[in-house]
Amino acid sequence: MESMEKIRPRSPLIAKLMTAIAFLMLYVPLFALVIYSFLGPSAGPGSPQAWTLEWYRRILVNGEVLDAFNMSIYVGIWSTLVSTLLGTAAALAIERFRFPGRQLFDMITHVPLIMPEIVLGLALLIWFVVLRITLGPFSMILAHTTFSVSYVIITVKSRLQGFDDSLEEAAHDLGASPWQTFWKVTLPLIWPGVLSGALMAFTLSFDDFLITFFTAGVGSDTLPLKIYSMIKFGVSPEINALSTLMLGATLILVVFFFRPSKGAPTHA
Amino acid sequence: MLEPVEPSLRRPPLLALPAMGWFMWFLLIPLGFVVVYSLSTKGLYGGVVYHFTFENYQRATDWIYLRIFWSSVKLATLTAFSCLVIGYPMAYVMATASLRVRSALLVLVVIPFWTNFVVRAYAIKLLFGEAGPINEFALAFGLIHEPIVFANSDLSVWVGMVTNYLPFMVLPLYVALEKFDFSLLEAAKDLGAPGWKILLKVLIPMTKPGIITGTIFVFTPALGEFVIPDLLGGAKTMLMGNLITDQFVKTRDWPFGSALSMLMILVVTASLGVYLKISATENAPVDATTVED
Repeated sequence: MESMEKIRPRSPLIAKLMTAIAFLMLYVPLFALVIYSFLGPSAGPGSPQAWTLEWYRRILVNGEVLDAFNMSIYVGIWSTLVSTLLGTAAALAIERFRFPGRQLFDMITHVPLIMPEIVLGLALLIWFVVLRITLGPFSMILAHTTFSVSYVIITVKSRLQGFDDSLEEAAHDLGASPWQTFWKVTLPLIWPGVLSGALMAFTLSFDDFLITFFTAGVGSDTLPLKIYSMIKFGVSPEINALSTLMLGATLILVVFFFRPSKGAPTHA
Repeated sequence: MLEPVEPSLRRPPLLALPAMGWFMWFLLIPLGFVVVYSLSTKGLYGGVVYHFTFENYQRATDWIYLRIFWSSVKLATLTAFSCLVIGYPMAYVMATASLRVRSALLVLVVIPFWTNFVVRAYAIKLLFGEAGPINEFALAFGLIHEPIVFANSDLSVWVGMVTNYLPFMVLPLYVALEKFDFSLLEAAKDLGAPGWKILLKVLIPMTKPGIITGTIFVFTPALGEFVIPDLLGGAKTMLMGNLITDQFVKTRDWPFGSALSMLMILVVTASLGVYLKISATENAPVDATTVED
């Protein structure tokens, strides 16, 4: 809203200084990580270290890391698909209709966002054991879908709030069936919201540690779980390389996400 | 704009049913089972016997466990407070910057927000490590002769916690400050108010919704956090998070772990209640009508 551009004072020097320190705290570790991932072993004390891609090569031929990566992608894709479908439908229902229990339902959809993650993780663990669902990829997909749906609902809802109802009415008046109206009018209009909801769901799934930790079971590590268990053994150049790759993937996602900024909500 | 006319239905629309069913089956019932487990007895081989008892709660309120709860509350409070003190000037700088700088800073805040937190914790571990860049630089320039052991210290835990949760604080603060009418600051200045008074009486009360949201966003997850202290503090300190996790992974006392997690929800709710109460009495907003939720 440039037309409403308000008076914006210059920020005091101390605020700028604090901001600079904060960004240093956020970024210096990440820069160190990237630099160290390209550093070869030291030949001896005082001798310069050579640049190398050796650590990346080792990571890319590490079977366990590749398995963990594939597991993360697999769980991410399935939970994104399910949560985007459920979440979009629910957001449409909440925004477009009045029905008994609507407010309660809206409230419940926020529960996974405010509850401590660890509680959701162990609640699902208990429930899967009660249901005799074997812990593994399937249980992780169920768990990830549960928290992702909430984020999809919020994202799609905020897209629907700026929605012009008259377009649907016009479609109806022109003789379109409800189904046609949905596919030809509603869906294209909310599509950016659905897309950013899906992207959010995938990122959350791919990144999640705690809930995955509880619901993964034995032998189905995702990438964050794998990195965690590697770190437990200490700092190593291979982890530097793997972490840098994860960081690179994040950068690509952020660029991708901030490109279609046509009113698409960026975050909750 | 006119309020859109929404059709009223007698029962939930078909569209809502799948998600409703999902939340019932994978959220509400599982949470109900945590309550049931917390009131049951531990079985012989790590299982559970549905034998009603309050024993788990009695045990959970033992002095040893209350001390662990207290360490978690302290860490979460310190984290939330530090994030607020660092995040507020950041959000202010962002909100007052030109549009181009603003969006650049926003992206810079979002990148760490989206980076996997295990990766970020590891980066700090590397930075502070004995063979890490800080020590290598200091050694190379002769500032120190022996590497400093930052690792497994309170400092590295603090840096880890603050950098991890800072974006959760900055984003809501930014949203609140973005909406703030900065001409009010000019007005206060013209009326002769000193800088600190403008901050305390105008800026902070008017951006309180952002402060509250940010604090909740940081405090709640920080209370259950144990991975960052575990990775950066060397598993020295027992916190609520690892205490509960241990009951499920190591000792396999699920009923006791469930009771602990119920208490954790209680601590979260109580702390937030106290916090909201305090912030409601202090600094009543100058003009509530201009502050959106």
